[in-house]
Amino acid sequence: MDASNKESALNVNASSIKISDVSQDGDMLTFAITSQNLSGSGGVCVFRTYEDFIWLQQSLFSQEDVPELQGVIFPPLPDKPLPSHSHTQAKVLKQLGFLSLGDKWQIYCKALELYLQQVAAHTLLSKNKELYNFLSSSESPGKQRSKKGIFNRLSQVMEEMRKEGHKDVDEFFQSERDKTTNLSVLFKVATEKFLEVVLTKQKLALACGHFSTSLHLCVNQENADAVAFSKICLKLSDIIETMKRNFEKVSDNDMSTLGLGLELESRYQEAKREMLFRRTCRLVELDNANKNVDRAKPNKKAHMEEVQKATQKEFNLISSVAKQEIVHYHRTRVQVLRDFLIDWCEKQLSTAQESSTLFSQYLEACKGLAV
Amino acid sequence: MLNLLVIVMHTHLQNKPFTPTPPETDPPTDIFSEEGYTVQTPIKHPSLHTNILEPKFNGIQSDEELDLFAGKHIQPTNHTNSGALLEEEEHGDTFELNIAVTNPEKMGDGMNAFMTYKVSTQTSLPAFRSKTFSVRRRFSDFLGLYEKLLVKQSLMGCIIPPPPQKSVVGMTKVKVGKEDPSSADFVEKRRAALERYLQRVVVHPALLQDPDVQEFLEKEELPRAVNTQALSGSGFLKMINKASDAVNKMTIKMNESDNWFESKLQEVENEEQLLRRLHASFDSLVNHRKELCSSTAMFAKSVAMLGSSEENSALSRALSQLAEVEDKLEQLQQEQAFSDFFIFTELLADYVRLLGAVRGCFEQRVKAWQRWQEAQSTLQKKREAEAKLLWANKPDKLQQAKDDITEWEAKVGQSERDFERISSTLRKEVHRFEVRPETSNLLHKEKCRDFRHHIVKYLESLHRTQHRLVKCWETFLPEAKAIV
Repeated sequence: MDASNKESALNVNASSIKISDVSQDGDMLTFAITSQNLSGSGGVCVFRTYEDFIWLQQSLFSQEDVPELQGVIFPPLPDKPLPSHSHTQAKVLKQLGFLSLGDKWQIYCKALELYLQQVAAHTLLSKNKELYNFLSSSESPGKQRSKKGIFNRLSQVMEEMRKEGHKDVDEFFQSERDKTTNLSVLFKVATEKFLEVVLTKQKLALACGHFSTSLHLCVNQENADAVAFSKICLKLSDIIETMKRNFEKVSDNDMSTLGLGLELESRYQEAKREMLFRRTCRLVELDNANKNVDRAKPNKKAHMEEVQKATQKEFNLISSVAKQEIVHYHRTRVQVLRDFLIDWCEKQLSTAQESSTLFSQYLEACKGLAV
Repeated sequence: MLNLLVIVMHTHLQNKPFTPTPPETDPPTDIFSEEGYTVQTPIKHPSLHTNILEPKFNGIQSDEELDLFAGKHIQPTNHTNSGALLEEEEHGDTFELNIAVTNPEKMGDGMNAFMTYKVSTQTSLPAFRSKTFSVRRRFSDFLGLYEKLLVKQSLMGCIIPPPPQKSVVGMTKVKVGKEDPSSADFVEKRRAALERYLQRVVVHPALLQDPDVQEFLEKEELPRAVNTQALSGSGFLKMINKASDAVNKMTIKMNESDNWFESKLQEVENEEQLLRRLHASFDSLVNHRKELCSSTAMFAKSVAMLGSSEENSALSRALSQLAEVEDKLEQLQQEQAFSDFFIFTELLADYVRLLGAVRGCFEQRVKAWQRWQEAQSTLQKKREAEAKLLWANKPDKLQQAKDDITEWEAKVGQSERDFERISSTLRKEVHRFEVRPETSNLLHKEKCRDFRHHIVKYLESLHRTQHRLVKCWETFLPEAKAIV
């Protein structure tokens, strides 16, 4: 996630990639993506739909001639943005989590933006020509290919579970696998729980709104006493309105900082787990190749040995890439989480200070309220 | 000193919410004291005064009886000088009785525990055996009193104040012996509600004379009241609503000869609807806050688990800190929910119950009218029966028929008189509530004052919460920044 990667063949300044706008037409979202190249000149803006992003992701995956790619932790692409109507809301929430919240897909766009930045900053991935086309070609990129490449493994669930448990030859990787399994679950759970918290705060804001409305209904100018009571009701209504705005602001802060951060972290943990799994599958292949060599009949033996050597070489390559990726990941994820946590804390602190001031102003005003 | 006690009781002004505040913030001097009511003791501000008395109320110490009432009688002097005095002379009956409910004490333990309260009376009325006396009563005794008053024929048409609400949650905390500020708060609020209840009862001239009320105040030991479940809180409202449903279902619709009753009832019903809606709104607020508490707690747990699994030590520490912050937030939300509930929902519920009691009286009147109508129609049938017997020439049964007629003529007379009596009592009651300055306009002035006071209390609690939130975030920020 380095800001500028001078080895990139693209000359794109990764941190300059922004999603500057999003427009919705029915169920279809179109994103405006702006980017600049490293020299700072020549900004370009393109329009892409989600399908285009999928095409990009697949292009990144399916570079068959680059075996090292299997050791790469691919930046996770957010799920498809489904606009939520009342009957699909629960489903969308379950699928997208925090990314479905917020005004006008703000949080989703931020996640997409981060995705592009991460891809563009990655040493291996940024070399992909398709990325350049994606970011700068005014034509929309090609249609989705049939799902080739390493994506195929996803359908074999049972086999996956069996392979997942395969003991590793390398202590470093074994411990990484165990840690990731544990941590990715924990992050997922924490994200879900936080989502619950934020949704409840939104409900509270709504309840405040209703309350404020029902207080307005109490307004009655019939006689002097009713007028006095009405004034009080209106005052209380103002206070409840303030509470409402407070809840809205607090949950906004939650969503756009810690919520997004947790969501991204849990997806990244997933991506890491997938990479480790790919490597484990390779390991299983390697073990099988070794067994085949031992069991091979003399006429096949030479062939088996060749297969074994090739598999071993590929495995070593993947392992070394994987190790680098993991080390890099450990470093950067802490930074990312730190930034999100600080941002969250600062925003909540300022919101709390504002509310505190507002309430004390109200207190002063209330004491002067005549009955 | 006793001369000072010969004062008109101001039920609702004495109902100065005795809300304890957490130690760090003292309540501002009571804002209502400048509204022209002075206290007849050297200390001017009721709230300051009660704060001084506070330590006495918590222990089982001896207290000078007289001091209990020092903050509790207030006389309108500067209100509108001439106006107040004139009104005082208008109604002859000045009450010579003061009531205080104090010294909550827990008896027994475990789930059989209960609170008793000291009910102290100070009076110069001859009906009582002594001038100052006190007894200990428990919550169900108060409910029992209400039940007795409700069924009395002699009190038909009188607006009988409804009892305070039972609270399973609040009481369970107390029983279990949880020594936290919220259960002390609960006991205090209950004490205040019980006091307000009794004060409303004794300010009512007819109720004050009732032997059950006097017994309640005076008698050393009262038999345990049973079956009080139905009478408290939602049980009370269910009862009232059942009665009005029954009335609506009666086939003989009341032929209202007096529009005053109809329009007054409409007023009461409108008012009640309004307050009910407010109460429901607040209730939903409280429930959501409780939801927020539990979801915050769950989040805190999940973050704590993250913190302990996380390898990077600074991040791990920050996450553990975060879990603690969230725990604190949960606590804050709890307290806020509690004060949401008690400050406003209780108040609103109390008013809704009071208006329900008023509505109940109107229903009683309608029922009395219906009984009268039914008696008349039965009488008519008896007369027709007699006529038939005469026609059929059955002299042996005739005497019975004549006896029946006499009996029912008496019943018709009685039920008509009952109806008239209830009608005029009800009229007087409503008038009493609306006009007399010392009881205040129940539907308006008291409500305004109570609301205003409680809004201030609520604002204070909201402000306190935000302030503590700021502290939480300020503590966490350096931890987050320390992550490398």
